[in-house]
Amino acid sequence: MVGTFNLWGATKTTLFYLLVIFIVVESVFPFYYAILTSFKTGTDLFRVSYWPDSFSWGNYAAVLNTGSFPRNLLNSVFISATTVLLALFLAITASFALSRVRFRGRGLLLMTILAVSMFPQIAVLAGLFEVIRSLGIYNTPWALIFSYTIFTLPFTVWVLTTFMRDLPLEIEEAAIVDGATPWVIITRVFMPLMWPALVTTGLLAFIGAWNEFLFALTFTSSNDTRTVPVAIALLSGGSSHEIPWGAIMAASVIVTVPLVVLVLIFQRKIVSGLTAGGVKG
Amino acid sequence: MANIQLRNVRKAFGAVEVIKGIDLDIQSGEFMVFVGPSGCGKSTLLRLVAGLEDITSGELSFDGKIVNGLAPSKRGIAMVFQSYALYPHMTVYANMAFGMQLQGGGKEEIKKRVEAAAELLQITPYLARLPKQLSGGQRQRVAIGRAIVRDPKVFLFDEPLSNLDAALRVATRLEIAKLHHDMHNVTMVYVTHDQVEAMTLADRICVLRDGLVEQVGTPLELYENPQSLFVAGFIGSPKMNFLTGKFAEPFKAKTIGARSEHLEVKSNGSGLWKGEVIHSENLGSDSYIYVNVGSDEPLIVRENGTALHQAGDVLSVGLIEGEKLHKFDAVGKPFDA
Repeated sequence: MVGTFNLWGATKTTLFYLLVIFIVVESVFPFYYAILTSFKTGTDLFRVSYWPDSFSWGNYAAVLNTGSFPRNLLNSVFISATTVLLALFLAITASFALSRVRFRGRGLLLMTILAVSMFPQIAVLAGLFEVIRSLGIYNTPWALIFSYTIFTLPFTVWVLTTFMRDLPLEIEEAAIVDGATPWVIITRVFMPLMWPALVTTGLLAFIGAWNEFLFALTFTSSNDTRTVPVAIALLSGGSSHEIPWGAIMAASVIVTVPLVVLVLIFQRKIVSGLTAGGVKG
Repeated sequence: MANIQLRNVRKAFGAVEVIKGIDLDIQSGEFMVFVGPSGCGKSTLLRLVAGLEDITSGELSFDGKIVNGLAPSKRGIAMVFQSYALYPHMTVYANMAFGMQLQGGGKEEIKKRVEAAAELLQITPYLARLPKQLSGGQRQRVAIGRAIVRDPKVFLFDEPLSNLDAALRVATRLEIAKLHHDMHNVTMVYVTHDQVEAMTLADRICVLRDGLVEQVGTPLELYENPQSLFVAGFIGSPKMNFLTGKFAEPFKAKTIGARSEHLEVKSNGSGLWKGEVIHSENLGSDSYIYVNVGSDEPLIVRENGTALHQAGDVLSVGLIEGEKLHKFDAVGKPFDA
């Protein structure tokens, strides 16, 4: 009996680790292969290999020195960062009202905000295009900031509202007795307590804006205003028959690294936020 | 430093009226305790005084000045909450200084006041710590300290001891009594559901029931002359013994009441009631004997020292010579006759 039990235990452990390996390979391998490819040049590109055997910065130099790729990178940083700041500012103030101020139609408003996030991008594309044209921000970074903020806000507002609702009411009342205005309560009492939620939602908003393709393709028309995903897709080689895989891979690695770095910087915050849930005074 | 007047104060949440017209005067420098069972509106009443809830109708005035619409921070109050409500991300010092910083106090002045308050409450060693590094009792001191620093005219306590364990509760109760003594010109309003806290701390007690004042008076007045059956049953531990029906008829009352400490076992059998002991509680210094005399609830009799009676003994119970029997009419009002 003991023998069979151990056998079953060993099988379970093995299966578990097989699953772990599968998941890791599944999620990491494409990126790993992109890095490998980005260091290859010439015909090496089309030779399948799983270990780095040739090494050259050529592709990176090509991407960074030609065309408007550096400019596109800056566009992406500016647009994503501004979107995050704008969305967080609006979401914090909105979630304070939605979680702490009693008013008629609060539940309806929350449901409406949630409903907004149901619409697929393509459904609102034409309408949004008209709005952006009439606002006169077509082919500027503001067109993308505007549309990304719209799509980020429902999620951000919901997460922050839920989080803020869980903050003890008495802390807010203590602040009121201390003479704090709503703005002081938000900035000096609530925001320090909400760092984990702010970091998490901010990071997701950043990733969303950084990766977005459809709006970026539609609302910009010149090389100088494009963001990185569109720029990569439009990278072209010497002739229409050549796809510059090396440059595409190098560009992909360049745009992925900032995200990885951001997550690594903030992961401690995220983890500490998850465990330090007991803010109860 | 401030006397508080409530004139026909009412509070309704939607269609539900919680405070149903309260008239009350709290004298300057007085320690007033609101006490009552849960749901009687005592916390709501305190929050109305604090300004955390809007008064639906009626007048609330501090020193004769109506403050109905005044923000809490402008009323000169400070409040200590049941769950301490410290700012978790600020050090003890920052917690205590926060209110004054918002009012724009000078840095030196703030430091002086925080240190003085910390000294008074013996929390000076913890000034640089975060609330989560403190024990419950220390947190409650910080919460009290935060209130002191604001130098309020009125101190409001919302069940400050109910999150503490029994030993700490007694110690902190003493602390608050001392505080009231030291700051003798500060009005204090204290909410509790614990009648022992009310009896030990209060200058005057206000017993609330269903959003109305049942009786206001000194602890002794409430104990000796309860103005209703409810107050008689609420004040005092253990609860006053009530007898109705055939037990009350000989006294021409609907209900009669006698405190357990005013009853004794009559060894010569001359007591008013006779019954069997069903249980006895031994507390060392005194003991409580539960005697079944045939009424709805057993009669509780207090005896000095350890109980000498065991379950099954048949005893005769009567009033101690010179003690009073409380008589109540059909609507629960007391009368003497």
